[in-house]
Amino acid sequence: MHRRGVRRNPQLAESVPVNLRYFRPLCLRRLRSLSRGIDPVTDKDLFAYRKAPELAAAAHGHYPVIVVGAGPVGLTAALDLAQRGIPFMLVDEDQRLSAGSRAICFAKRTLEILDRLGCGEQAVNKGVVWNKGKVFLGEDLLYSFDLLPEPGHKRPAFINLQQYYLEAFMIERLRSLGADLRWRNKVVEVKPAADSVAVAIDTPDGRYRARCQYLIVADGARSPVRHLLGLQSRGQVFRDRFLIADVFMEADFPIERWFWFDPPFHPGRSVLLHRQADNVWRIDFQLGWDADPEIEKQPAQVTPRIRAMLGPERPFELVWVSVYTFQCRRMDRFRHGRVLFAGDAAHQVSPFGARGANSGMQDADNLVWKLGLVLSGGAPDALLESYERERVPAADENILYSTRSTDFITPKSTVSRAFRDATLWLARNHAFARRLVNSGRLSTPSAYLDSPLNTVDGDAFAGSLAPGAPALDAPLLADGKSVWLIDRLGGGFTGVYFAGAEPVSPAAATSLSSLAGLPVPVSPLIVAARGVTPGPDACGDVEGLVQQRLDATPGAFYLFRPDQHLAARWRRLDAPAVGAALERATDNASASGASA
Amino acid sequence: MSTLETRPNIPEPDDFYQALIEAHRGLSDEQSMALNARLVLLLSNHIGDPQVLLEALRLAREDARA
Repeated sequence: MHRRGVRRNPQLAESVPVNLRYFRPLCLRRLRSLSRGIDPVTDKDLFAYRKAPELAAAAHGHYPVIVVGAGPVGLTAALDLAQRGIPFMLVDEDQRLSAGSRAICFAKRTLEILDRLGCGEQAVNKGVVWNKGKVFLGEDLLYSFDLLPEPGHKRPAFINLQQYYLEAFMIERLRSLGADLRWRNKVVEVKPAADSVAVAIDTPDGRYRARCQYLIVADGARSPVRHLLGLQSRGQVFRDRFLIADVFMEADFPIERWFWFDPPFHPGRSVLLHRQADNVWRIDFQLGWDADPEIEKQPAQVTPRIRAMLGPERPFELVWVSVYTFQCRRMDRFRHGRVLFAGDAAHQVSPFGARGANSGMQDADNLVWKLGLVLSGGAPDALLESYERERVPAADENILYSTRSTDFITPKSTVSRAFRDATLWLARNHAFARRLVNSGRLSTPSAYLDSPLNTVDGDAFAGSLAPGAPALDAPLLADGKSVWLIDRLGGGFTGVYFAGAEPVSPAAATSLSSLAGLPVPVSPLIVAARGVTPGPDACGDVEGLVQQRLDATPGAFYLFRPDQHLAARWRRLDAPAVGAALERATDNASASGASA
Repeated sequence: MSTLETRPNIPEPDDFYQALIEAHRGLSDEQSMALNARLVLLLSNHIGDPQVLLEALRLAREDARA
């Protein structure tokens, strides 16, 4: 089969979409099949089950890392491990893609992570880019918003893409990297010990045992592994139910997020409409707590609701239907010794705001470089504390925003409802009240401003970038080609040196070349000011946006972490200061007794 | 930032009080609750200062469960 040939060359996966099969619009039949998590065209490849080598005594069953769960979060962790060359296996009890579209809004920061992992191009090519939204009350437009894409960023604010596509792209990429993917492998026992974690895994061919140094648990909101360990995720359930339907239709509605309060076709409740790839539209209907999920899922019940919304003229087909109750909760700790929880297993939010998959993938982005350093001896085990120190506040931030949105959409008491309705009533005529209307505050990346890994600024910098925050993107010119700053960061530590208009001084050049010799190597990235022809090892700040967004002055230096977050910055490059910041960012400062 | 004014600040208190009660005339409890909610939101936006608003919320809630 020629399609195997496409995948054979891993280098190809870096630059071009591997899975060309998904890049034509798909027919309804195949979409329906995908929505059950099954794609007859690709599943044989994607989910090939094979007997675990341990069962044939062909493997010793000892892995640096085992990842549990092949959703977007587990797959992100797996891809990052694979790219770092850390041996691991990924186990999943199932053998299918996400059932239904589920997570659909992927934020800019997530796309940047996917770019680093070699899947961003596919996601953006297949996905639907959007920036605008409208909020309606009854038949009237209350307000519209535009996420106002600022030019000079590689990726848009959001794309909409069904979760099954994203998973298919990530699994394809993992296969191209030769990753050990084990389908129908269910973790049934977890025994953490001081030096490793022992697991027992059930497969169609029987049970086997394996050990790992670290276990990444990304097995979703119900997290069987969390239950096996007797751990809990605490929070609140919202007393409401939502019908979620994927509808296939050809419609020329603008590519916008449309949210209705009290629409004529669904009085007294809310509705959300959003476009996805391949003419599939996501429609959410608020049903109320008393709705019976089993009845509401029936096509005979769903179809009239959608018909009332779309009008009698428009043909449509149901692709997938589900009924959800929303929860906001999290585990007290994400790290339990050598067991690390990520994504919905660790924290769960309601979907208004697109904070579930986006934050989970950022968990994995935060965790894996740290694991890599710890496993290679480049950092002490204590570095993993920072995973929790950084991602627990991020989870709390997401829970706060999504709880506020859900409280507005589903008021919990009579008086809460009265204030909500008063806000909507006033919003018709008064701008101030429109600012109070909350149909979801959309995901923004978390900045780890209080992280112990940050080096506090000694010099003054203007702008929104700060130690702990993710990098801001900007266009660059490298070897006569247009590239992006964000693509030049990450993987390892990167030191961005802003040379300004002058050639790099011999002293600075010496400092820069010393960076590669640090205990954890730092790759230099030299940026020449706009209008200056960059030297052979430098990139050009073609539009002056590096200077602007980083508030760069000639000689300024920025240390970015492997997850593209800023660790430290200075107005002048000082190699010992960089070394100290690097020790701090890898938690080597206390281990070496430097703080004593 | 300023503090919540709790000294007399309404020039004709009886007129204001009468107008407040009048505004609710003929309304059901539910309609009155809606009116009060709108009123709170309108006045809160007029005040704007978060310190003043939080102080008012605190004072209004004092002994509310007594």
